[in-house]
Order: sequence, then C-alpha cells, then structure tokens
Amino acid sequence: MTTACLPIEGEMTIYRAAELKQTLLTALRGATSLEVDLHGITEIDSAGIQLLMLAKATGQATACEVKLVNHSPAVLEVFELLDLAAHFGDPLLMPA
Amino acid sequence: MNLDQALQTYIVESREMLEAMETALLGLAHTEGEERAESINAIFRAAHTIKGSAGLFGLDQIVEFTHVVESVLDHVRDGKVAIEDALVTLLLSCGDHIGTLIDITESTRADPDESVAQAGKPLLVRLSVYLATPPSPALPAATLVVEADPADFARMGHHGINTDNWHISLRFGRDVLRNGMDPLSFIRYLGTMGEIVGIVTLHDGLPLADEMDPESCYLGFEISFKSEATKGAIEGAFEFVLDDCLLHIVPPNSLASEYIAMIQALPEGPARLGEILVRCGTLTAHELDSALALQAQSEQAAPIGEILVEQGRVQPAVVEAALTKQKQGKDSKAQESQSIRVDADKLDHLINLVGELIIAAAGANLVARSTRILELQESHSTLANLVEEVRDSALQLRMVKVGGTFSRFQRVVHDVSREIGKDIGLVVNGEDTELDKTVVEKIADPLMHLVRNAIDHGIEAADVRIARGKPAKGTVRLNAYHDSGSIVIEVGDDGGGLNRERILAKALERGLVESGKALSDSEIYGLIFEPGFSTAEQVTNLSGRGVGMDVVKRNITALRGSVAINSAEGVGTTVSVRLPLTLAIINGFQVGVGHSVFVVPLDMIEECVAFSAEEGHDYTNLRGQVLPFIRLRELFDVEGQKGSRENIVVVKHAGQKFGLVVDTLLGEAQTVIKPLSKMFAQVQGISGSSILGSGDVALILDVPSLMQQTHAAKSGDRASVSA
Repeated sequence: MTTACLPIEGEMTIYRAAELKQTLLTALRGATSLEVDLHGITEIDSAGIQLLMLAKATGQATACEVKLVNHSPAVLEVFELLDLAAHFGDPLLMPA
Repeated sequence: MNLDQALQTYIVESREMLEAMETALLGLAHTEGEERAESINAIFRAAHTIKGSAGLFGLDQIVEFTHVVESVLDHVRDGKVAIEDALVTLLLSCGDHIGTLIDITESTRADPDESVAQAGKPLLVRLSVYLATPPSPALPAATLVVEADPADFARMGHHGINTDNWHISLRFGRDVLRNGMDPLSFIRYLGTMGEIVGIVTLHDGLPLADEMDPESCYLGFEISFKSEATKGAIEGAFEFVLDDCLLHIVPPNSLASEYIAMIQALPEGPARLGEILVRCGTLTAHELDSALALQAQSEQAAPIGEILVEQGRVQPAVVEAALTKQKQGKDSKAQESQSIRVDADKLDHLINLVGELIIAAAGANLVARSTRILELQESHSTLANLVEEVRDSALQLRMVKVGGTFSRFQRVVHDVSREIGKDIGLVVNGEDTELDKTVVEKIADPLMHLVRNAIDHGIEAADVRIARGKPAKGTVRLNAYHDSGSIVIEVGDDGGGLNRERILAKALERGLVESGKALSDSEIYGLIFEPGFSTAEQVTNLSGRGVGMDVVKRNITALRGSVAINSAEGVGTTVSVRLPLTLAIINGFQVGVGHSVFVVPLDMIEECVAFSAEEGHDYTNLRGQVLPFIRLRELFDVEGQKGSRENIVVVKHAGQKFGLVVDTLLGEAQTVIKPLSKMFAQVQGISGSSILGSGDVALILDVPSLMQQTHAAKSGDRASVSA
C-alpha cells in the first residue's frame, strides 16, 4: 500500500494547467493512494480547481484513493467561495 | 494566452477614462441642465467601466474602491446628492487614488496590496458621508470596502432558505479560460453586489482524464443570490462573458413556472436541477415538488399570460438597460473608427524610411536630368511630387494637438488656486494648434512651471485686485498659434506684472549687471531667467526659490526654441515660448558659398536680392529699410576667392529680418535633417546636416542663432566662429 505524496507549489492556474495535469496523472498512475499536498499553492483559479476535480474523479475511476491535504489559504478561499468542501470531502484545517 | 496584453490595454484605457472623468468633473461648474446631466452620466460610466473591467482581472482593490465612488456618483445621478465644490474636489482626489492603484497594477502586474488600501481609507470615509443612508444590509459592498478584507464572500447555510433571493444559473463555455476570463472573478464580483447565500458548483461536463483539456472550462454554477440590485445590474456583471456562457437570472418571488422554464432550458436533467436548486437554497423541497407537479399539468398551470405580466413588470428596466448599452455601443464604435493606436517606434521607423526615400529620389532626379530623356524627367517630376506628399503625411502623423497638454492645466489651476485661496480661471485658445509629439512631451513641464508662476506671483490677492479696479477673479491665458515655421505658446496673466525696478535692483545686488549700464525692458525681464534669481518676497512650496525659470529656459533652448517676456506693471505679464515646428524633414533652400553648399529653411526666407553694399559695412539698403547681414564666407571661413556676383538671402525670424551673403542660389530642395554628432554640438550657426542628391554633405544653417550673432555684431562685439 503505497501512499504517494504529491506537493504542488506556486500558482495552480491556467498558465500551468497543461503541465500540472501531466504531473497529476503521472502521480496517479500506479498508485493506490495519493496525497496531494496543497500548502505551497499561492494562487488557484478555475483551471486549477478543475484539475483537482479531475484528480479526484480519476482516482475514483482507477480505485486510487485521492486525498487533498494541507489546503493553503488561497485554496481555502476558493473552496469556500464555490462551496466545494462537501464535494471533495477532505477535512479542512482552518488556520488558527 | 495574451492576458498580459489585455491587462496592458485595460491600464491604458482606464487612464484615458480617468482623464475623461477629470475633465468632466472640472467642467461641471460651467454646465447646467441637460449638458450637466450628460456630464454626470459620463463620469458615472467611466467609474463603472473601470470597476467592471478591474473585476475581470481580479483587481479587487480597484473594484472595491471604485465601487464606493460609483455608488456616490449613482446618488448624484439620481438627484439624491447635489454636486458641489467640495464633492468635486473629493471626486478628483478619488480619481487620483484610482490612478495610483492602476500605476501599481502596471508595475507589479497584480492587485495592489493592503498598504495602498490604507491610503484610500480617508477618502472612503468622506465618500460614505455622501452615501448617508443608514448602513443597511442592502449595501454590503460599502461595509466590505471599509474593512478592506481580502475578497469577502458569503458562507452558505447561515441564512436559511429564503425565496427573496435571485437565482442565477451559469454554464460557462469551453473557451472562457482561453479568452482570458475566469469564472471565479465573476462570482467574486457578484459578491460585491450582494450576498451569495448558496452556491453549487457543477462539474458534470468534466470528462475523463484523457479527454480533459486543462485549458477548457467545464464548470457551471447555480447561485442563490441576495441583493437589492436590479436585474440589469446583475446581468451587467456578466456583460463581458455573455458570449461565452449560458446565463439565466430568475428574480426573487418569481412564479414556479419561471424556475421550471429555466430548468427546461438547461442541459442537465430536471430532477437533478431541481435537486440543485433546493441545495443552493433557492427553493424549498416542497416548492420544488409543487412546481414539478404543476409542470405535469402543463396546459392550464403554465399561465403564460401571468409570466408575461410578470415579465412585463420587469421589462421597462431591462429594456432601458438594453437601450443604454446599445447606445453606448454605438457611441464607442463611432469613436473607435476615428482613431487607431499606433506604436511610436513604428512611426519613427516610417519617417526614417521617408527620409531615405527623399534622398534616393533626389539622387535619381539628378541622374534623370543628366540623361536629357524628356519622359524620364517628367515621370521623375511626378515622383518628386508624390514623395513630397508622402513626406507631409508622414510628418503629420507625429503631430499632436496642444489642447491635450492644455487640458492638464485646468486641473492644476483648479487645485492650486484653491490651495492658495485665490479665485483664478483659465482661458485657453488655439487648442487645435499642432506640434510634434516629442516637443509636446518636453514642453509640458516648462509650461507647467510658467502657469504656476502666473498663479503664485502674477495674480494678486483678491482685495488688491479690487483696489486696482480689476475683477476679483484672476485670469490665466494659454494661447497657441503658428508663425512663420514656428509655433508660439503664450502663458499670460492679468496680474500685477513684473516690477522692473525690483528686478534691476536684485540683479545689481547679485552682480548680474554692471550699474550704470542701460538695459531695455525686455533685457531686464530676461534677467529673471538667470539661475538663482528671484524677487519673491515669500517662498512658497510652488515657487519663489529661484530654481525654476532657468530650468525652463534651458529646456526650451534644448528644443531649439526661445522664450521672451512682455510685461506691463499693474496690467499683467505674458511669456512667449517659440518652438520649431518640424524636426525631421523640411523644405530647404540651397545656397553655394565657394565649393560648399548650405541649406536655409525655406519658410524663413523672405526673398533673395542681388548683393550691393559698400565695402566694410555690414548692412544694406533694402527698399528704404536697413538690413543687417552676415557674410557666410567670412563667418565660416570658406576657402577660395569671392565670386564676382554675390547674393543676399533675406531671412525673417521672430519678426526681424536680416540677410545672408552667399555666392550662388541653387534652388529649393527637400532636406532631410541629419543631426550633427556630439563633437559638433558646440558649433554656432549650424543646426544639422543633410545629404544631397549628389552624395555631398550640406550644412543646415541655424537662422535664429545667426540672428543673435548679427545683434551681437551690431552692438559692437565681434563674434567669431570656430568651424
């Protein structure tokens, strides 16, 4: 049971969408469990959100458990704006 | 993804809109009735557009600040707030702050940070006074701004289910992201207009990994939105993305049938949609059931009539919004077709090419003349004419109206006169006078200084003016006109004029003149251009320290211009700045001195006469008038013997005539000015060089500088020139 960990750094926006999609899919391949570490994300836009959704959906389709952890403030803000906490289902730790 | 380019365009356009806003605000005092209403509308639209576009780029600081300004302007538009002097000044300051925010955005390419928001707070506080209405929840945007929180957003579920809310359905098209927009900014923007009570993000369209294009948008949203805004305003929030999305807005308290209609129009199945509507709080489960039941009974229960009536109520406002948008569209289109933005570099390149074209055509012309083939000569003549027209057109492209610079001064006069407590008006003439773009840019600062001087030192205090029988309101005049190849800009005032005695006394004190020397008025006035010179009794933060006028003169001289002062005590002062019109290509007149060829700018030439004067004298009799002259052969120390017959070219500059003695008159030619290199910059009397058709170099005479030399010669000093 290999839990792979994939940290994402910097801007998760349309500018890097193509590159990040590859990174995510590569990480998913062959893993049975993947933790996507979001604490380094400084900015995230719709393209980024779509990628996270894609990661979750692909994980479900390939029987790989995908968890989003350490949501950064930028990510939290968008999750709350779009009310996505329920959709992703991961626990959100609000900074104190 | 050329978001960067779009941002650049936004910055440029916002600046233009801020300028328009400022001009309109300054002009408000002079308008009334319908004209004033139109001005106020224009100001409102400018603020609105800046805000809207800022929202697209996620520039939240700008959005939040401009939103409050827009609200105040909205009140003014509706007549709830009267527009008076203090408000105009406040709005001008707000415009400045927005300008600062845009400057920061330009340099950092991102939203300005918190510290800048602090600077805006005092303005916001003053603005909120005009908003006056009790801080009801209906204006969540205003409180949002004062707290300056990063994009505030509603949390779901705290307000329970409420059919007093709008329902907004969004399905974004695939290309939204590629077109440089982000659904998130629109949703955030909505949040400034009201409260997002509930939101459901739909991703049904998101395909599997292999098919998913990371740069396409597959998202949709169902939003329950609480707001006092009108349908038009909410629609307006999505104005820029309407082409790229499916938008449905259902007003609060609509009939169930309206929701049904919307559900039917959306791609997802009705059951799923119904579920979503309940989830985001627009309908209760009960309402949904009864609505679906009604739909099943479609025939009698879908009261189209009622829907129409309902829509009828909404219609007038929506129609008006649509018409206003249409009109704006037409207006902006009309303006668009009248001008195009062009890179200044491209223009310079074009003019360089035209210059080369002229030289090449001249060369070809010479060859044609030597062949004696008549047809060739004729076609070259046609060619020469066309080239000249191309030249004129190309140079015209660089010409800019002075009016643009003048309008900046309206603001200066407005602010400064308030600052020092004098009532001063600015009168502008000749705004359509054109001059070269580079000259316009460089002349702005010196002119600004002259205007400030006029306000600060020229115009007296109101009581002094009244005592002198003048109107209490002082006037500063700006005037521009063309005069024999130059453009003249005058800065005048009807103030106290220059005090001749005081200037002379100060100059003696400083040792700038020897006592006992007789100086003309204009020479005395000219003393104020000396560095460090000031007769001001009080030094203000504007002027009086004596560091201004010499810099002004230096800047003007650097542009190959000249400045002169005219003044009458108790009446006023006028400063005249004279600048050359075109810098690159001129009509020239070639003259020969020995083996050298010189070029005289054609528009300075009055006439040519045969040379006749007595030996040793430097003047001649031109139809009864004395005409001083310079012998170019002597001046430039040209080799060789004098010809038997010489000619005088009579030139005129700044109202004065003098003559240039040359050997031969060679005729008109288009002259491309090539600047002299730094090594020759000190040479007096030559302003540039040019390449003739034959390939030889001709030197272009600097007539104003030569004129000064004749004056110097007249008063007995000999000026010698080192070539």
